[in-house]
Amino acid sequence: MTHKTFFAFIFPSLLAMILFIALPIGSIVVQSLHVEHPRVLVEVENCGPFGCERETRVDTAATQALQEAQPMGQFNGLGTYFDRRHLATEEVSRIFSDNEGVADIARQMYNLPFYKALSFTLVYTFIVTPLGMALGFSIALAVNSIPRFLKGPIIFFSLLPMIVTPLVGSLILFWMINTQGVIGSNLQLLFDDPDLSLRASPLLTWVTLIVYGVWSMAPFSFVVFYAGLQTVPSDTLESAKIDGASRWERIRYVVIPHLIPLATFVALVQLMDNFRVFEPIVGFSAEANATSLSWNIFNDLRGQVDQQYSSAAATSVLTVFGVVVLLMPVLVRLWRDFNRKA
Amino acid sequence: MKKATITTLVGATLTLFAGSAIAECNISSGSVRILGNDFDSIRTVTDQASACASSGTTVRVNLTTEHKNIQVPALTITPAEYTVALIANNSISPLLSADLVRPLNDLVEKYGQDLLPNQLIRTGDDIVAIAFMGNAQHLFMRGDILDDLGVEPPATYEEIIDVAEMIRSEGIMEYPLAATYEAGWYLAAEFVNMHLGMGGQFFEAGSAQPALNNEAGVRTLEMMKTLTEYMSPEYLTVTADEMKQMYLAGEVAIMNQWGSMVAGHLGEDSGNQQISEATILAPAPTAHGNNTPAAALWWDGFTIAKNISDEDAEASFQAMMYGIRPDMAQQNPNAATWLIKDFDAPDTAQGVLQTARLGARGYPMSPFMGYMHAALGTELSDFMQGRESAEQALMDVEASYLASVREAGLAN
Repeated sequence: MTHKTFFAFIFPSLLAMILFIALPIGSIVVQSLHVEHPRVLVEVENCGPFGCERETRVDTAATQALQEAQPMGQFNGLGTYFDRRHLATEEVSRIFSDNEGVADIARQMYNLPFYKALSFTLVYTFIVTPLGMALGFSIALAVNSIPRFLKGPIIFFSLLPMIVTPLVGSLILFWMINTQGVIGSNLQLLFDDPDLSLRASPLLTWVTLIVYGVWSMAPFSFVVFYAGLQTVPSDTLESAKIDGASRWERIRYVVIPHLIPLATFVALVQLMDNFRVFEPIVGFSAEANATSLSWNIFNDLRGQVDQQYSSAAATSVLTVFGVVVLLMPVLVRLWRDFNRKA
Repeated sequence: MKKATITTLVGATLTLFAGSAIAECNISSGSVRILGNDFDSIRTVTDQASACASSGTTVRVNLTTEHKNIQVPALTITPAEYTVALIANNSISPLLSADLVRPLNDLVEKYGQDLLPNQLIRTGDDIVAIAFMGNAQHLFMRGDILDDLGVEPPATYEEIIDVAEMIRSEGIMEYPLAATYEAGWYLAAEFVNMHLGMGGQFFEAGSAQPALNNEAGVRTLEMMKTLTEYMSPEYLTVTADEMKQMYLAGEVAIMNQWGSMVAGHLGEDSGNQQISEATILAPAPTAHGNNTPAAALWWDGFTIAKNISDEDAEASFQAMMYGIRPDMAQQNPNAATWLIKDFDAPDTAQGVLQTARLGARGYPMSPFMGYMHAALGTELSDFMQGRESAEQALMDVEASYLASVREAGLAN
């Protein structure tokens, strides 16, 4: 294919990518560098059904004049990135100069919203990704070895966690782990502790979210690995069998090496997905104990009556940056494989 | 949109039956487009307003719990997507700050004969909104349990703690109290309630500077923390709906619930008649020897958009006045605590009304309050779980709040 044909071929999707991916990301970057105009404030008497109070109000006419002069808002550089809700450079340097040891540093850092969200996001990503893949792989192996007539229903059943909308899935589980719910009350019975609640302590909340994550992420790995298992050469498997390899040895030395490129792909997708963990936090009302970067963005935009666009944009850019850093090892690996083949 | 269509249809059907309604509405032409929150009492009003639809007048209603997120963009365009925005004392601030609200002085003069003076929401000389119902969190208590113990219904938080201790030591319930402490909006609202009851301020007079980190703030947090000792350990995940379930399941003896939810607790479909009948409603408790009940008073009302034609504004105001006419309140006495003329409040509305009568303060109608509420919602949970001191929590709230108002250009 000549370059010209290639370009003509790819042009429509390139255009769509610029319009729907590059431009929005660009606008978010620009947004994150600006804050709103200083607003002109006046004091007024506000009266309602329950009496009057002197309160401050925005002088809208004066503010509008400012806005028309500079419709983009006020340029703030990286100010939003470094403020307390994001990288909190000032607070962090204070923590490092004034602390009582490593534990104290960790505790104080965890008190800052961005680092609190980041720590849960990273723990979640690095536990759920391998466990979800391992679970998916085991389901794939199991399904691969059951009689044909059972496969259909079992595959459908195993895919259910992926079919159920994450928010709905987590809400259902949330009600089940409620102390009145079927899981919650049985756990209390099992451990003989009437106060046991999966929603009360930070540790148990994290465990619950991670278990939910593994449950909802496993089907994707399962589907991909199951498809991969159909391509394992039966000759090799049979010769391994003749050589006296046990079932475990056949999996370890034949199946797994064959599926490694597939596993890289699955890991890539799952890392990205897990880094954006959001729905279970809302579904489980877990905001008190676990927040994620995506949840922080949501909270800036939809938490209250005011929308904090610049703050949300800055967190978004930091999240994109995080995804890139996270994927770096996998991308480097893919690039090497590609070069080797070429 | 589907909901809007259905409501309009219901409205259209109502017009067929209520021949006199059209006459009363008296709108010859114009377009009425209503945006509001989605709950029963609001629906009662908008269904009535929809009856004003006629050959020359269209009425469209969109009720959604997401109204706060769309109201500013929807009213910014010209002509505005909605002519009427139903708001409360918190959600009106963004509209006022963006100058999207039409002063109603002339319309009130022309069509507001039925309005009571305290229904008019004023900032300075402008009437910016018309309130039609009030709301507040107040006490719901199990009278049967109090009778068994032989105690009077508690009226202060200190008494509540004593009663809770009695209930626990008698072995009736391990966790007799409940409050809407879900981290986020609810927890912040409870802080606002308690802080007002402690006589606290949120801002230094006339400025955006926070004024939380002081004695009143610490007392507020300490009282909230003490109360949680008598709450189920999952208190940081409890919303108003969740609390209703807990109460009706007989797990809670005393709670601070929203007045607007009385019908769900005491009505015939509450699901537990025994508990419904034993429930006592009382005003919000006071704390620390103060006389002000520890509850913020809320009102729900409507504003008329600025960026619409005068004809539509007039039609919208008339339709809303029809929706909140005294007849409506008399026909639906249990739907809400109406602030409307000639409303003979039933017992179910007494919790809110007495809280107001005892001098509870309104939820602050200030452009900073939304940011303060957001900061409280995210920063208090560490303290509530015992991970940091009250002073540290309040410092965190102030720091987080200041970062937000700086971004919004409200402080420097």
